[in-house]
Amino acid sequence: MSNSRRKDGTVLRTPEQAMAMVGASLRKRYRAEQRFRAYGLISVILGLSFLAILLASIVGNGYSAFRQTFVTLDIHFDADVIDPEGTRNPETLRLANYNSLIRDALLAIFPEASGRSAKRKLAALISNGAPFQLQDGVLQDPSLIGKTLPVEIPASADIDMLMKGRIDRTLPEAERRVSDDQVRWVDALAEQGRVNMRWNRALFTHGDSRDPEMAGIWGAMKGSFYMLLVTLLLSFPIGVAAAVYLEEFAPRNRWTDLIEININNLAAVPSIVFGLLGLAVFLNFFGLPRSAPIVGGLVLTVMTLPTVIISSRAALTSVPPSIREAALGMGASKMQTTFHHVVPLALPGMLTGTIIGMARALGESAPLLMIGMVAFIVDVPQGLFDPSTALPVQIYLWADAPERAFVERTSAAIIVLLGFLVLMNSVAIYLRRKFERRW
Amino acid sequence: MTASTLFIALLAISVAGFLAGRKRAFALAADRGGIRALHSLPGHYGLYAAIWAGIPAILLLLFWQGIEPTLISNLVVRDLPPEIQALPPERVGLIMNDVKNLVVGNIVSGNVSADVRAAADHWQRLERINSVARAALSIGVAALGLLLAWRLIRPELRARNHVEIVAKWFLIACSTIAIFTTVGIVLSVLFESIRFFQQVPVTEFLFGLEWSPQTAIRADQVGGSGAFGAVPLFAGTALIAGIAMLVAAPVGLMTAIYLAEYAPRSVRSVAKPLLEILAGIPTVVYGFFAALVVAPEIRELGESLGMNVASESALAAGLVMGVMIIPFVSSLSDDVINAVPQSMRDGAYALGATKSETTRQVIFPAALPGIVGGLLLAVSRAIGETMIVVMAAGLSANLTANPLQAVTTVTVQIVTLLVGDQEFDSPKTLAAFALGLVLFVVTLVLNVIALTVVRKYREQYE
Repeated sequence: MSNSRRKDGTVLRTPEQAMAMVGASLRKRYRAEQRFRAYGLISVILGLSFLAILLASIVGNGYSAFRQTFVTLDIHFDADVIDPEGTRNPETLRLANYNSLIRDALLAIFPEASGRSAKRKLAALISNGAPFQLQDGVLQDPSLIGKTLPVEIPASADIDMLMKGRIDRTLPEAERRVSDDQVRWVDALAEQGRVNMRWNRALFTHGDSRDPEMAGIWGAMKGSFYMLLVTLLLSFPIGVAAAVYLEEFAPRNRWTDLIEININNLAAVPSIVFGLLGLAVFLNFFGLPRSAPIVGGLVLTVMTLPTVIISSRAALTSVPPSIREAALGMGASKMQTTFHHVVPLALPGMLTGTIIGMARALGESAPLLMIGMVAFIVDVPQGLFDPSTALPVQIYLWADAPERAFVERTSAAIIVLLGFLVLMNSVAIYLRRKFERRW
Repeated sequence: MTASTLFIALLAISVAGFLAGRKRAFALAADRGGIRALHSLPGHYGLYAAIWAGIPAILLLLFWQGIEPTLISNLVVRDLPPEIQALPPERVGLIMNDVKNLVVGNIVSGNVSADVRAAADHWQRLERINSVARAALSIGVAALGLLLAWRLIRPELRARNHVEIVAKWFLIACSTIAIFTTVGIVLSVLFESIRFFQQVPVTEFLFGLEWSPQTAIRADQVGGSGAFGAVPLFAGTALIAGIAMLVAAPVGLMTAIYLAEYAPRSVRSVAKPLLEILAGIPTVVYGFFAALVVAPEIRELGESLGMNVASESALAAGLVMGVMIIPFVSSLSDDVINAVPQSMRDGAYALGATKSETTRQVIFPAALPGIVGGLLLAVSRAIGETMIVVMAAGLSANLTANPLQAVTTVTVQIVTLLVGDQEFDSPKTLAAFALGLVLFVVTLVLNVIALTVVRKYREQYE
């Protein structure tokens, strides 16, 4: 069968020929289809596996930080050391040399450790914070003096790492942070049942510290809490009010267009720029204190406001006009319609948006670096004007610390932070599910 | 009385005003034959009274708080002995610092002279007067407001309208905060940048090839040249953002296409929220991950291939940043793809196109403006991202296109220049604001373009 050619040059085919051509190319097209589909699937899997690797490495590094190594020593609360004059004066008790009590207890177990360097290595088994624990105990109960009691005190971070298997015992001595002697001593203590792993309370009750085993996130958590409090108290009412005005009252004109463009742009401005704003306006112009949660809260408010406004507006638009018309028809004023009927119906959506904004604010650290919340602060903040850090900033600070034990604690702090974020987002999702109405 | 207790007291007066106003409305109505005689609801009269009692007094208190520190300080300076007042202003400032420290009870530098002691006493006296006057005045104003409202309330009073006007002005004020924020950002970076450009020419900053912001304290100091050529920073930012986009654009786009066109509902409902988690993870976590896991892996891999990889390579930061942006790209593209009308798909299927052909030749071109807008937003995110690069990219300003070397970015330099102690007028500190200005302008332009493109696109299919 020969092809007939039309005047304009196109080839006229019979249906059979056309089907044959399509059939021939079809296999190729289906393969392309398969490939395209596979690319898509690979992308999804890639994204999900990134997530899995990220979470696995964080959890793998961090889960062990929730437990900590403690050593039980028979401490003799020697009256001659603590209170030689027997006055029980709190000031004397405070200033006593508790370090020597620990050293004596260790030497009683390992009398062979003689010489300065051996003694120092022996003392290095125990945390630098342990004397403070003894001091607290004696101050609370002076009747301890003179007695000999088994006391559980935190081991130093290196020993903690050793017990958790994070230090390779097979390495040559010079390449490890713990010496052969120390390994032997710890093993001996473990054999006597004096080494225990317990819940790491310090992580949740202490502020920052240079000693990993004494460092905690309580200060940072409180700082974050204060900041979020300020952010919530300011951004929710202001954001809702702004959204109500723009959605329910504002005339469509240049001014409101300008506001809208501004809000949309602010939502996409890099967070560090808000930090510069905070530094120049809140610190230098208004003279608010550096590192204070109030300033952090203000910066985060400015940063989350666009999110709150945008989601509140979306919640308001989803309320059907019939509600408004019904209320207006009953003689309510515009303001009454809005605040008695529209806003309550939109409230779950607004709350959801606010919580999501809060979650973002909780994870934000870049602007906080600008306003000095990155300092090393040991004390737990007691108010809005005390110097403090925030949880993500604490993570940043610890991530910079060279000690191996801080890697573990950084990961643990991240787990806590992610836990809060999951909690907040679940509340948001729950609210949405529970109160979402389909009109 | 401290300012906060005073504030609470004013709020209490305001609440009392509400109750009193409402009660008065009821009382007036009772004389005229019931609540129908009132123009507004009794609650409106209460709010009317509360507004009169509360708002003027609170505004006064805020104003007072604003001027109080300078006022007291100026009064004390005026009463200082003439020989101290004759000193140059910065010396007077130092002395005033001592006075303030003495007032607060801090440790004072050096010996306290009698003059300083007297000034501090004077300060404390003024502060006592001030606190009494502040309390008396604001509570007086609140009481006056309450009294005025009490007199003004009568059944014909259009209380609701008055209250609603105040409420509306409150709403308007809240909605303008976005504008004030933008103005605040622009002014705060602009002023410092102008001061910077007075010391370093704009052209040198924008086109200079060398960046080393350490200014010399002594003239003969080594390495303290103070060069402010920002091109290496721009190049480094572009390199890292480019790597991030190379990861995020294809993966994010294909993810969106797969989830929108291919995935069964069950897969979509699981995969989409899981990917959104990537967007919710704080950037500091990504930074930690990049520095702890990704950078060493890349270094090891490179070394096993015989390449020289910096431990803070641009590649590590870029890759992790790309992962962070994937959900951003995919959710924006997903919206855009879903906005393409079903009729266009149906048309393509009717002509015998396969799903991938429909996607590539019909949906993709139709969605292109929206996708480009989304990608531009993603680029602006990548440029402005701070924590990942601070933790995983370096500080050395190399002008290189090699992703295995360490580069630094605009945001990293802003952070390093501003964290820690700073003198506020050295070009080093001011340079951070100039960089902030560049960052703000670039991201603003990207955002404006992207948002306009996306909006135009949406309107096309509505």
